[in-house]
Amino acid sequence: MTNDELLWRIAGGSGDGIDSTSQNFAKALMRSGFNVFTHRHYPSRIRGGHTYVEIRAAPYDVQSRGDGYNFLLALGDSFARNPQEGAYYGVEEVKPLSENLDELREGGVIVYDEGLLDEADVADLDERAAENDWHVYPLDLRGLAREHGREVMRNTAGVGATAALLGMELDPIEQLMEERMSGEILEQNLEILELANDQMSDTEFTHDLRIPDQGDQADEQDDQVLVSGSTSIAYAALDEGCRFIAGYPMTPWTDVFTIMSQNLPAFGGIAEQVEDEIAAASLAIGASHAGVKAMSGSSGGGFALMSEPLGLAEMAETPIVLVEAMRAGPSTGMPTKPEQGDLEHVLYTSQGDSNRVVFAPGNTEEAYEQTRTAFQIAYDYQIPSIVVYDQKLSGEMTNVDESFFDREPNPSLGSVLTEEEIEDAAHHESGKFNRYQHDPENGVSPRTIPGQEDGRFLVTGNEHTPQGHICEDPDNRIAQMDRRMRKLDSIRAELDESEQSNQTLVTPGEDEQYQYGIMTFGSQQGTVKEATERLNEQGYSVKMLGVSDLMPYPEDEVTAFLDSVEQCMVVEMNATGQFRGLTQKELGGYGDKMTGLLKYNGNPFEPAEVVEGFETSISGDVDAPGQTTKFVPAAGD
Amino acid sequence: MSAFSAIGIDREVDQNEFTPGIEPQATWCPGCGDFGVLKALKGAMTELGKNPDEVFLVTGIGCSGKLSSYFESYGYHSIHGRSLPISRAAKLANPDLEVVAAGGDGDGYGIGGNHFMHTARENHDMVYIVFNNEIFGLTKGQTSPTSPKGHKSKTQPHGSAKDPIRPLSMSLSAGASYIARTAAVNPRQAKDIIVEAIEHDGFAHIDFLTQCPTWNKDAKQYVPYTDVQDSDEFELDVTDRRNASEVMYEAESRLAEGEVLTGRFYRDDRPSYGQEKRHTGEMPEVPLAERYFNDDYEWERSADLMDRHR
Ligand SMILES: Cc1ncc(C[n+]2csc(CCOP(=O)(O)OP(=O)(O)O)c2C)c(N)n1
Ligand code: SF4
Repeated sequence: MTNDELLWRIAGGSGDGIDSTSQNFAKALMRSGFNVFTHRHYPSRIRGGHTYVEIRAAPYDVQSRGDGYNFLLALGDSFARNPQEGAYYGVEEVKPLSENLDELREGGVIVYDEGLLDEADVADLDERAAENDWHVYPLDLRGLAREHGREVMRNTAGVGATAALLGMELDPIEQLMEERMSGEILEQNLEILELANDQMSDTEFTHDLRIPDQGDQADEQDDQVLVSGSTSIAYAALDEGCRFIAGYPMTPWTDVFTIMSQNLPAFGGIAEQVEDEIAAASLAIGASHAGVKAMSGSSGGGFALMSEPLGLAEMAETPIVLVEAMRAGPSTGMPTKPEQGDLEHVLYTSQGDSNRVVFAPGNTEEAYEQTRTAFQIAYDYQIPSIVVYDQKLSGEMTNVDESFFDREPNPSLGSVLTEEEIEDAAHHESGKFNRYQHDPENGVSPRTIPGQEDGRFLVTGNEHTPQGHICEDPDNRIAQMDRRMRKLDSIRAELDESEQSNQTLVTPGEDEQYQYGIMTFGSQQGTVKEATERLNEQGYSVKMLGVSDLMPYPEDEVTAFLDSVEQCMVVEMNATGQFRGLTQKELGGYGDKMTGLLKYNGNPFEPAEVVEGFETSISGDVDAPGQTTKFVPAAGD
Repeated sequence: MSAFSAIGIDREVDQNEFTPGIEPQATWCPGCGDFGVLKALKGAMTELGKNPDEVFLVTGIGCSGKLSSYFESYGYHSIHGRSLPISRAAKLANPDLEVVAAGGDGDGYGIGGNHFMHTARENHDMVYIVFNNEIFGLTKGQTSPTSPKGHKSKTQPHGSAKDPIRPLSMSLSAGASYIARTAAVNPRQAKDIIVEAIEHDGFAHIDFLTQCPTWNKDAKQYVPYTDVQDSDEFELDVTDRRNASEVMYEAESRLAEGEVLTGRFYRDDRPSYGQEKRHTGEMPEVPLAERYFNDDYEWERSADLMDRHR
């Protein structure tokens, strides 16, 4: 066991205050100079169940959950129960502790609420602890909280105990409390924090785990902020001048929807919760057409309903940005569990030849960058763009330099004419504005906004003439189709040239030949990156590519990558290898070069699983590398 | 100065301004009731002195949906049943626009029924015209939600076992603040009602009876109408919800029996959705769409929100 990093897990039932406690503790760690990464796991129920949040904190960059954890703060008794069986229906069967402690590393620390376990459980725990060299510290968290405040404050007691066990200063924790609470509540919490801290400090410690050594890191990081993927997406939208959102709640899309709804009124914008997702996407179309930057979004099932308006936006060339926050499917699937199974749904849903742009950010910073790009592309090119991510990236929080968000806003509506420009633009002899001209080089024919003088045109979801009138003339059809498709070429060229190049993440060495490659997309990038680094440390020659824009597909870049390795493993969170399939389709080959590593049990990859999968991949042993992942060999020859 | 200078300028307009000087001219069948709606709409806009550039007409799919192709304004021929969510967002984005949505009975009361209910409830300031020909026209004569019980069609060869929908009652219970029924055979009343509906600040629903001589030759849409306003029989007080509800029920029952009652059935003056949203601070005073053309506007940024993330 190493002391390099802290992997603190707080576990309990939904409703035990796991979220707020972990958020504050993560901030305290961030303020003390650590890089943090949080991973949230919760069942689809309002109260109870087994919920946990992991905070990984280290002096070095952390972009992934770790392999297991090394510190457990058990608030509720859920850690003593099996979370899987019947949990959804609330008929949880009490299981031995082992079930929920599987991922606790050797040498790990457990603090739990004394009253939670009966004698038999305690004996069982002690036995397991001895086997794994765990260090167990029972404390009467509940009693302490009740005596000096209220029972809900047992989380504060738990944090106080944590700090004692880790040898961590209380200052940043207290500071955060003072910023967030006041009056009696604050007094009580501070008291409980200190009492638990003192009480635990008096205990004799048997464990080695201490707060990691910060090395050269600054003592305090005032310049860091803690943000989630969903926050990044919402903030990018605000910075792009998006002032209209319409939606219908669905986990995990609800995160973006909520953040936007809470901020838009103060920003002079409009948020609408509407009757269904068809309406939601249609409202975004209506607002955008009327001259406001607009977005909508959903998760799998709701996005399915949007497929019809999405097609309309493509045909009508009304710019909109849609967000698709994936969760495990099909159908209602596992509402609170991540998966990357909606990829094909997002790429191809709706009728006709696809004419949309799809981004799949890999981490919180990319979520921001790519959402901004998604708006720019949508409005410059009059095309729907979709940001697809998942429940993992949605909820995970990382520290980001505050200056990262300090950017110029971009309220430009893109290819919209002013009234002066309309005067000089081409009109039909009837006076109608030629909205859909055949000839523009990059495919973009400028638009006007209802209410502008002499900008009148008709929009239709039918094929149409330059003035927007329904038309089934074959020549017009070809001209219009070709023009719409030309946009994708221009967009690809623009993305390839963009300095930002947030579309891919290559480590290490871009053009060099390596023996092996690992490729992934979306939220698994941080994990794969970490696994790649470990493999190289072990002496393998491996490079990785994380693809974060998917349509139009970055053909050149991926081709160059695949050509630079002998064999490549594609890592993704679904059961059918959709991203590997996409790559093969777009590049027209490479089937014999790409193996697949899949995971679809509702949990994201851990770096060790990728390492293990890689070893399976190169060993030629096609048996599944582990219980939780599935290995798919390359196409046979 | 406004970025949308076509809006709200007082001027004389000519009926012809609302006719697109562009092929194709209307492709509706000869004798189709849809011509009546087009004519009434043009008449109303002319009377109100609207500029075609300030009108946003959103239609669904169907013969009725083609209205936007034959009426000159900013138009959006959208998708089946979705004209309402598109138009109400446009109205929120730019409340100065004159927003009219239109579509058929299949479009509005069938596939778009959910949107109808909620748009009425929210009381958006707009006009919604439903071409009620008691049939699916464009897809060639299938039974629609307003087709009478027992109506036979290719998809219901034994005759429909369903009672028709009651659009007026439905609209009232959903929350529309202006409800009228008119008929293509009655152009003057139709135009007056559209004028009123446009002037009304709130969701104005017009159930517009249109005949479909091609697929629904038996419909009552041809029958001479009785105006509930002019008739002593009803003593209708349009502001009295209960009274309005009774007369609507009567009108819907009689329609099924072949007698046509038209006119204004209901009106209330509660604030429109936009007004409500402005009161609660959920919507800016100045049209949001204007802001993008205002170079002096100081755009709020996410960096302003960073305190809570420290
Ligand atoms: C999602 C979808 N379903 C079905 C259709 C086919 N469709 C086109 S028009 C129509 C019926 C229109 O009937 P109605 O709304 O009564 O209008 P009318 O043609 O009578 O004016 C249907 C079913 C479609 N375009 N889209
Ligand atoms: S089919 Fe009926 S509704 Fe359609 S144009 Fe012909 S008459 Fe009118």
